[in-house]
Amino acid sequence: MTVAAKIRELIGESGLAEPDAGGTPRAVPASEAECAVILQAAQSEGWRVRIEGCGGWMPADAPATLALSTRRLTGVVDLNPADMVVTVRAGTRWNELRSLLANEGTWVPLDPPGSDRSVGSVIACATAGPLRTGFGTIRDQLLGQTLLTADGRLVQSGGRVVKNVAGYDITKLAAGSFGAFGVITAVHLRLRAVPRADLTLVAHGNRDELLNRARSILDAGLIPAALELLSPKASPADRWTLAVRLVGSDVAVAAERDAITAASGLTFEKHVASHAADFWQQTLAGVTATPTTLRMGALPSSLDDALDTIAHYLDENCEDWISVNVLAGVVRWSGAADGGQLRLIRGIAAQHEMPVTLERAPWSVRSEVGHFGAYRDRVGRIVHSLWKAFDPQGVFAVPLGDRP
Amino acid sequence: MIPSQALVALADAVGPEWLRTARANLDTFSSDGLPTHLSRPAVAVIPGSRDEVFRILRILHHFRIPFVARGAGTGLSGGALADEASVLIVLTRLNRILEIDADNRRAVVEPGVVNARLTAAVEPLGLHYAPDPSSQTACTIGGNVAENAGGPHCLKYGVTSNHILALEVALPDGGLVQLGSPGGEPWGLDLVGLFVGSEGTFGIATAITVRLTPIPSAIRTLLADFTTLRAAGEAVTSIIAGGLVPAALEIMDSNCIAIVEESIYSAGYPTDAGAVLLVELDGMDEEAVASEARQVQEMLASGGARSVQLASDPEQRERLWQGRKKAFGALGRIGSDLLVQDAVVPRSRLPDVLEQIGAIGERYQLSICNVFHAGDGNLHPNFSFDGSQPGLADRVQRASAEIMHICIEAGGTITGEHGVGSDKLQYMPLVFTADTLDMMSRVRQVFDPHDLANPGKVLPAKACQQP
Ligand SMILES: Cc1cc2nc3c(=O)[nH]c(=O)nc-3n(C[C@H](O)[C@H](O)[C@H](O)COP(=O)(O)OP(=O)(O)OC[C@H]3O[C@@H](n4cnc5c(N)ncnc54)[C@H](O)[C@@H]3O)c2cc1C
Repeated sequence: MTVAAKIRELIGESGLAEPDAGGTPRAVPASEAECAVILQAAQSEGWRVRIEGCGGWMPADAPATLALSTRRLTGVVDLNPADMVVTVRAGTRWNELRSLLANEGTWVPLDPPGSDRSVGSVIACATAGPLRTGFGTIRDQLLGQTLLTADGRLVQSGGRVVKNVAGYDITKLAAGSFGAFGVITAVHLRLRAVPRADLTLVAHGNRDELLNRARSILDAGLIPAALELLSPKASPADRWTLAVRLVGSDVAVAAERDAITAASGLTFEKHVASHAADFWQQTLAGVTATPTTLRMGALPSSLDDALDTIAHYLDENCEDWISVNVLAGVVRWSGAADGGQLRLIRGIAAQHEMPVTLERAPWSVRSEVGHFGAYRDRVGRIVHSLWKAFDPQGVFAVPLGDRP
Repeated sequence: MIPSQALVALADAVGPEWLRTARANLDTFSSDGLPTHLSRPAVAVIPGSRDEVFRILRILHHFRIPFVARGAGTGLSGGALADEASVLIVLTRLNRILEIDADNRRAVVEPGVVNARLTAAVEPLGLHYAPDPSSQTACTIGGNVAENAGGPHCLKYGVTSNHILALEVALPDGGLVQLGSPGGEPWGLDLVGLFVGSEGTFGIATAITVRLTPIPSAIRTLLADFTTLRAAGEAVTSIIAGGLVPAALEIMDSNCIAIVEESIYSAGYPTDAGAVLLVELDGMDEEAVASEARQVQEMLASGGARSVQLASDPEQRERLWQGRKKAFGALGRIGSDLLVQDAVVPRSRLPDVLEQIGAIGERYQLSICNVFHAGDGNLHPNFSFDGSQPGLADRVQRASAEIMHICIEAGGTITGEHGVGSDKLQYMPLVFTADTLDMMSRVRQVFDPHDLANPGKVLPAKACQQP
């Protein structure tokens, strides 16, 4: 029996969509139960499965026996604004969730880069954006999830409550595992009320100067919602740009604006409402204009080194998309690089205790170097043992990391 | 029984004066903050350096002897208890602050550093360590990491796991692993996130890199009193739904107020109130915080508060907080035994669930005191009782189980910050399926294949068996 015929047998004609460009059959389960049946078959038949969201982040190019799309696992399961928690299926488009929540006066304070993302992709790849400064990363908004492991078992962790220490935090383990631990089918996210004021301040200058000004903002004890240094390619202004986002009550935002202007000594342009939204949207969408994106972590005081390392090994002409989270000490770079270059920079960065995660790349590149690598002693072994615990037979086509 | 060769090796590793084997010396370690659970370890070792911790674990691994880490022993789930077959590793001598890096707002500490001491050390720099369990003057950062401890101000600032950047861990085989990087980015998976809250079952955290947070310059504390607990719960729901994020939202019910007011910790709370609600707002700007405080004041008044006190200077604020902070201490003094629950419910369910808890107390003729992190929906119904009274302990257990069930039915969970330990093992199958428990046990085996680290805690025995 062909793979397509098997899918048809298991979940019916409606569970089968058009095959991908290379002819790989594509399953579109409409429920967790259907998804579980498919995975059980995959495990017993020895298939390799590629998990697909909206296709706006990772290219859907992993060689596989079957493509499994979450496009029918959509919709909000539960939204009670009084609890400030939403439960949403993983195939839902991030932008749809955002506008749906906005109608209720709430939001999830996350601004993932890329444009056409599914909720599952944002969580599985743990791609936090500039709002990480004020609100933390994916794991800080993620209260729980439902995960289908490679053998089709349903693993539920966390829940609809905002505090929870029952059992091990498998939620945090799967967020950022690029789908290697299973299909995330639904998540519980923490909500906030849409802030009354939302202001973006923008200033231009040279890289090191802006970085220093950003540090003086932090030294004054201020924590804006976002404080991001953008390369000319990443900035709509085509110059090195310091972008600050302030959210909150009118009084608080006005006070913060004055304090930031005083602490930095910069003259800012102000963007509000749709201007501000356009600014960030343009910046964040630009990340996928080139094939490869990586994230490098550093001490905030060593960001200059991190940027120099990237300039030296990947971006000599300073033409690439770079966005620096000054408080978290994280540089995101987007451009073109081959496996050898990526392996080299990851090794060099590791020597300086700067972890590099390959966030997206064509299959030829990511399968060669893996999303993770150049681990600290024994971390590699733990990562691989955990991976094996969730997917012993390697059902999911995810090149999580170099084998240690 | 611990083989004598192992004892010799342990004495050699830490120095004989730091190895305790006499029963009398071990009695101090036979319970944690929960007097209802007792278990005496075979031996206690008290290492004086991180290096000694690694040596101890290598010895124990060699002899396949189980171990339990212990910080200050303030835990409320029986997590730090070891039995006659296990060695207790007491970490209180590892109390050095290794590095304070104000530029990057981080510090590196040994696990035995007491929570409040860290904050005191960084206060002159305008910083603090935000997670503030009510036990903060006693509990250790290592214990906080193991339990993923919370505290009143975690509503706004997040719990322990939001503040841990990196960990040096002694694995159960005595090997060293560094989880996370100095700036907080993971090496691959979020193993720091996984380790925090693992209750000493993955190994011992020997060095902890924490995030430090600027001290807010503007603070307002409000104390509202309500005639019913339900009304106080409803006020919390409306503040949360209204979109404000106070730094803290804490409730004490009338039983609790009475106990505090009769104790040496009396804070002047109105003893005829059904409940008091403490609200704290903070930020970097006076005017902004003052305006939020006015908003909250209005919400409280329209929610039926009889009176609202507002404090801005540190002394007055301290007075309003005093009763809340000392409530557990006061409770501990009235009965010989104390059962502390830690269930969490969705915040909109607070008013109903609190009413149901009251009804359960009446039905079992038990006095239940509620003092809890209301903004997080994290309940602490407490039973203070005399365990020697015939049948009483049993009645308390049954009432407590009933409360647990109604919280789970309301969409909640069994523990918000105290951990499962040994106390809540029986409830794990109520919130997790067999498949999920099995997956958790596989994760545990990655760190501890020989089941040496705090065996018997967190996962019920069945889940720990190999499939
Ligand atoms: C009056 C009172 C108020 C409290 N208030 C709060 C509160 O507001 N919020 C809250 O969350 N908790 C609270 N607690 C509970 C308790 O204080 C916390 O759980 C605290 O984190 C325990 O720290 P400890 O040092 O006492 O740890 P212990 O009780 O000694 O140990 C707790 C667990 O941690 C493990 N452990 C200890 N050190 C390490 C290490 N270095 N590496 C690995 N595992 C380790 C132990 O094996 C054990 O499982 C309160 C307790 C009391 C008595």
